[in-house]
Amino acid sequence: MIRRDVNRGTVFTRRALLVGGAQTLLLGGLAARLWQVQVDEGGRYATMAEDNRVTARMIAPQRGRILDRFGSQLAGSLINWRALLVTEQTVNVRQSLDNLSAIVPLTDAERARIDRDLRHGKSFIPILIKEFLSRDAMTKIEVNAPDLPGILVDVGTSRTYNYPYELAHILGYVAPPNENDMDGDPLMALPGLKVGRAGVEKYHDLALRGRPGVVHLEVNAVGRVIRELDRTDGINGDDIGLSFDVGLQLAIQKMLGDDAASAVVLDCRNGEIMAMVSNPSFDPTLFATGVSQAQWKEWTKDRRTPLINKATSGLYAPGSTFKMAVALAGLDAKAISFHDRLNCPGHLDLGTSRFHCWNKAGHGALDLHQALKYSCDVYFYQVALRTGIDRISAMAHRLGMGTELDIDIPGQRLGLVPTKEWRQSKGHPWELGDTVVSGIGQGYIVVSPLQLATYAARIATGRAVQPHFTRRIAGAMQPGSQPEDWPDLAVPEPMLQAVRSGMFAVVNDAGGTAPRARLAGPFHLAGKTGSSQVRRVSRKQRESGTFDSKNLPWEFRPHALFVAYAPYEQPRYALSVVVEHGNAGGIVAAPLARDIMTEVLRRDPASRQDGPAQVADVKS
Amino acid sequence: MIEQRLWLKSSHDLTGKIFRVNWLFVLLLCALATVGYVALYSAAGGSPEPYATRHIVRFAFGLLIMVCIALVDIRIIARFSWVAYAGGVALLILVLKIGHVGKGAQRWLDLGGQQIQPSELMKLGLILALAAWFHRASWERIGNPLFLLPPLIAVLIPVGLILKEPNLGTAMITLMLGGVIFFAAGVRWWKFILVLLPVPFVARYAYQHLHDYQRARIDTFLNPESDPLGAGYNIIQSKIALGSGGTWGKGFLQGTQGHLDFLPEKQTDFIFTMIGEEFGLVGAVAVITLLILITWGALLVGLRCKHQYGRLVAFGIACNFFFYCFVNIAMVMGVIPVGGVPLPLISHGGSAMITMMVSFGILMSVQVHRDVEFANTDND
Repeated sequence: MIRRDVNRGTVFTRRALLVGGAQTLLLGGLAARLWQVQVDEGGRYATMAEDNRVTARMIAPQRGRILDRFGSQLAGSLINWRALLVTEQTVNVRQSLDNLSAIVPLTDAERARIDRDLRHGKSFIPILIKEFLSRDAMTKIEVNAPDLPGILVDVGTSRTYNYPYELAHILGYVAPPNENDMDGDPLMALPGLKVGRAGVEKYHDLALRGRPGVVHLEVNAVGRVIRELDRTDGINGDDIGLSFDVGLQLAIQKMLGDDAASAVVLDCRNGEIMAMVSNPSFDPTLFATGVSQAQWKEWTKDRRTPLINKATSGLYAPGSTFKMAVALAGLDAKAISFHDRLNCPGHLDLGTSRFHCWNKAGHGALDLHQALKYSCDVYFYQVALRTGIDRISAMAHRLGMGTELDIDIPGQRLGLVPTKEWRQSKGHPWELGDTVVSGIGQGYIVVSPLQLATYAARIATGRAVQPHFTRRIAGAMQPGSQPEDWPDLAVPEPMLQAVRSGMFAVVNDAGGTAPRARLAGPFHLAGKTGSSQVRRVSRKQRESGTFDSKNLPWEFRPHALFVAYAPYEQPRYALSVVVEHGNAGGIVAAPLARDIMTEVLRRDPASRQDGPAQVADVKS
Repeated sequence: MIEQRLWLKSSHDLTGKIFRVNWLFVLLLCALATVGYVALYSAAGGSPEPYATRHIVRFAFGLLIMVCIALVDIRIIARFSWVAYAGGVALLILVLKIGHVGKGAQRWLDLGGQQIQPSELMKLGLILALAAWFHRASWERIGNPLFLLPPLIAVLIPVGLILKEPNLGTAMITLMLGGVIFFAAGVRWWKFILVLLPVPFVARYAYQHLHDYQRARIDTFLNPESDPLGAGYNIIQSKIALGSGGTWGKGFLQGTQGHLDFLPEKQTDFIFTMIGEEFGLVGAVAVITLLILITWGALLVGLRCKHQYGRLVAFGIACNFFFYCFVNIAMVMGVIPVGGVPLPLISHGGSAMITMMVSFGILMSVQVHRDVEFANTDND
C-alpha cells in the first residue's frame, strides 16, 4: 500500500513539476513578447496612440473686409453660431436631430436639406444643421450635449454687406464652394466656408480667404473633445481697400434714378475707379437665403436687366462719342490736319447710298474743332473714309475701346471695334459704307461704359491708364496709384490737345451740343455727347419729317451717352454716362454728367483740403 | 508513528489549523488584489468608484470564505466532490434553459441580483470529481483504458454543455484542465500523443462549424488589421496601449488609451493592458511574476500533500488559475483569439472573484490537511 502510494506520488511530483515548468515558460514567453511589443515596437505604438488621442481641427480664418478708399466698410464678417452634425459620432442620426429640434425648431425645408446633405456627405465631415443660432440656443445645445451625440456647436462667420443693393455688381457675393472651386486649399473642407462668386469677392478671393489655423484637441474613442492641447491661430484674410468712394456711388445711383443706366467715374490720372453704377441693381444677399421663383422671374423678365453689370458687360454703339477716336486716328495717319476744312452739305453720297448728317441743313465747311463742337456727322464720314477702318480700329483699341482692360472684377465684355479682317473672317467683304458709319460710332462698333470712361481718361491724360479698383491689400498700397505707373499713350500731345479743345467747345462754347453739361463754378468740363441708334431710320420716315424717336417704343429709342473729363485745365476725373434708350445724349446724358462731375469735384479730397469755403464754392 | 498521530490529532484543533494555512500564499493573493485595486482605480478615471472599492470589499469577503473553507476537513470536501460536479452540470443545463444572453451566448445565471457564470463553478466541480476518481486509482488501474472512460465522459459532458452556450474559450480551458489532471494522475504518455495527433483535423472541422462571431474572432486574430474598426479593433487598440506604455509606462492615471476609452472593457478583460500602458514593461512583468509565484505556490501545496486527492485538487486549482492568467494575457496581447476570460483577482467581476477564492479555500484546506489519513477508497 505504501509502495503504491509512493509510486503514484513520484509520478505526480515529476509530472506536476513538468507542468509547472511549462507554465512558467509560457508566462515567461508572454513576458518576452511584451518586451517586443513595449520596448522594440514601443515607438511605433506610441505614435499610433498619439494619433488616436489627438485630432487636429481647422480654425476658419475670418474673411477679409472690403473697404472703400476712405476706409469705410463695404463688406465684413458677422459672428455666426452654427450647429453641425458629424454622423460618424452618433449611432442614431434621427434621434440626435429630433432631440435638437426640441431645442431649436427645424423647418421641413431644413430637414429636407439636411437629409440631402446626409445622403451625399461623408460620415466624418460635419454637416451644417442650422446657422445664426441665438446665444441662448447655443448654450442650451451645449448643456444638452449628452442627449445630442454627433451634434456640435461652433462659431463661424458670415458675410455681411453694408450696401448689398448698391454694390452688388462690384462686390459680388459669396457662396458655398462647388467642385470647380476645389483648388486644393485645405480650407475648402471647412463646413460653411464660402468662396467669392462675382465681383471683388471673386477676383480677390484668395487674399480675402486667409490661412486656416489649427487646434489640436485631445479626443476620446467616440470623438468627444476632452481638452485643447494647443492652438495655432489662423491668419485672417487680407482687407481689400478699393479706390471706390461709396458716398459718390450712392449719390450717382440716386441721380440715375429708375432708368436703365450706368455711369463710371475714374481718376483719370491713374485709372482708379471712383464709382461704377449700374442701375437698377439687385440684392445678392437673397442668394444666400434662397431666391423665390417670383423674385427670380422679376429679375430676369425686367428689360432693364438688373442682374447685369452694365458698366462692364453692357455693350452700346458709342455714337458720336466715338468721334474723338476717329479724329485722332485721322490725325495720327495724317489723313487730315488740324485746319483742314471739310464741307458738310447735310449728307454724304457713296455710290447709291446716302449718309445723312444729324443736321439736315448741313454745317458747311468746318475744321476739326468745329466738327467736334457741332458733332458734324458728314465731317467724320469723310475722315473715316480717308483714314480707313483698320487705322480707326487700331486707335480705338489704343484708347481702350473694343479691347480687353485690366479691370479687377470678372465679367467684362470686350465689345468690338471691327477691322476688315474681322468682317472677312465672318465670310463677308468689308464695305466702304461700313467705314462711313464707323466714323460716327455706329455700325458694328459696340463698347462698354467702362471702356468709354477709360477712353475719356486716356484722351485727358495721354497715358494708357487701366481702370481698376484695387488700391490697398492688407493696408499696403498697390502699384497703379501713381500717374507714372502708367505708360504713355504714344499719341502726340498736339493731336490730343486738338481733340480736348473740341470737347471743351462742345460744353463751354456757344453753339456746342452739350451746354447742359456746363459746370457751375470755377472748373470746366470737357465732354462729348452721343446718341446711338439701335434701329436704322428709314428714308421714308426721314423724308416724311414726322420721325421723332420719342414716339418709338422704349426698346427702339436711341441710347443717350456722354463722355467727359474735368477740370479741363488740369484733368483729374473722367466719366461716362449711358442711359439706355434715353434718346438724346445732349439732353439726357449731359446734365447727368454735369451733376455727377459736380458731386465728384465736391467730394475731391483736394477741395476738402482747401477748406470749407472752397467746397461751398464748388457746390454752388 | 504515535507521535505523528498525536500531532495529527492536534491538527484538528482550530488554532493549529489556522497556523497551518500558508499565510505567505495569502499574502501573495493580497498583493494581487491590491494590483487589482490600483488598476481598477485608474480604470474608473482615478476614482475608487465604481470598481475599486467593490473589488476590495469582495476580496475581503472572499478571503473570509477562503479561511472558512480552509478549516473544513479535506475529507469532508472529498465526500462532496461528485455532488459539486453534479451541481455544476445542473447549473450549466439551467443556464442553457433560462440563462441571460450576452454577446450572442448564454453564459449568465441571475441569482437574486448576483450574476454567476456556471462554467466557472463547473471547473471547480470537475477538478474535485476527477481528483476523487483518480484518488482511488492505483498506477496499474490507470493503465486500464476502461478505468479512464468514466472520467473522460465526466470531462466531455461539461465541455459539450459549455460549447453549446456557446463559449469556445471556456470550453477549451475546461478540456485542457481535464487533460492536465489526467496527466498528473499518471495517465500514460502515449495516450496523450494518440489523442493529440488528430487535433489539427478536428480543429479544421470545428472551425467550419463555429459561430460566425467565433470565426470572426479567429480571423481577426490571424489578421487584426483586416478589420480595424470592427472585430479587430479591440486587439489593435490593446496592442497600441501596451506598446505605447514602453518600458516604464505612461504613469499612474496617465494612460491615454485607457482613459480616452480607446481600450475596450478596460475594467474587465483588458485590465492587464491598462496596467501595461500605465506601468510599462516593468509593471506588466512584475504582475506576471506575481502570477507565476501564485501558480507555484498552489503547485507546491500539491507537491507537499501526502494524499492523491489533495495533490490532484491542488494541481487542478493551480492549473485553473494559470489558464485564466495565460489566456487573459495572451488574448490582450493578441497572441490567442479574444475569449472573454478575466484576469483573476484583478479584473472587475464578482462571480469570478468569489469562485476563485472558493477554489483557493479548498487549496488551503489541502494545505492544512495535507497529512490526514484518507479512508482507503481504492480496494484493490
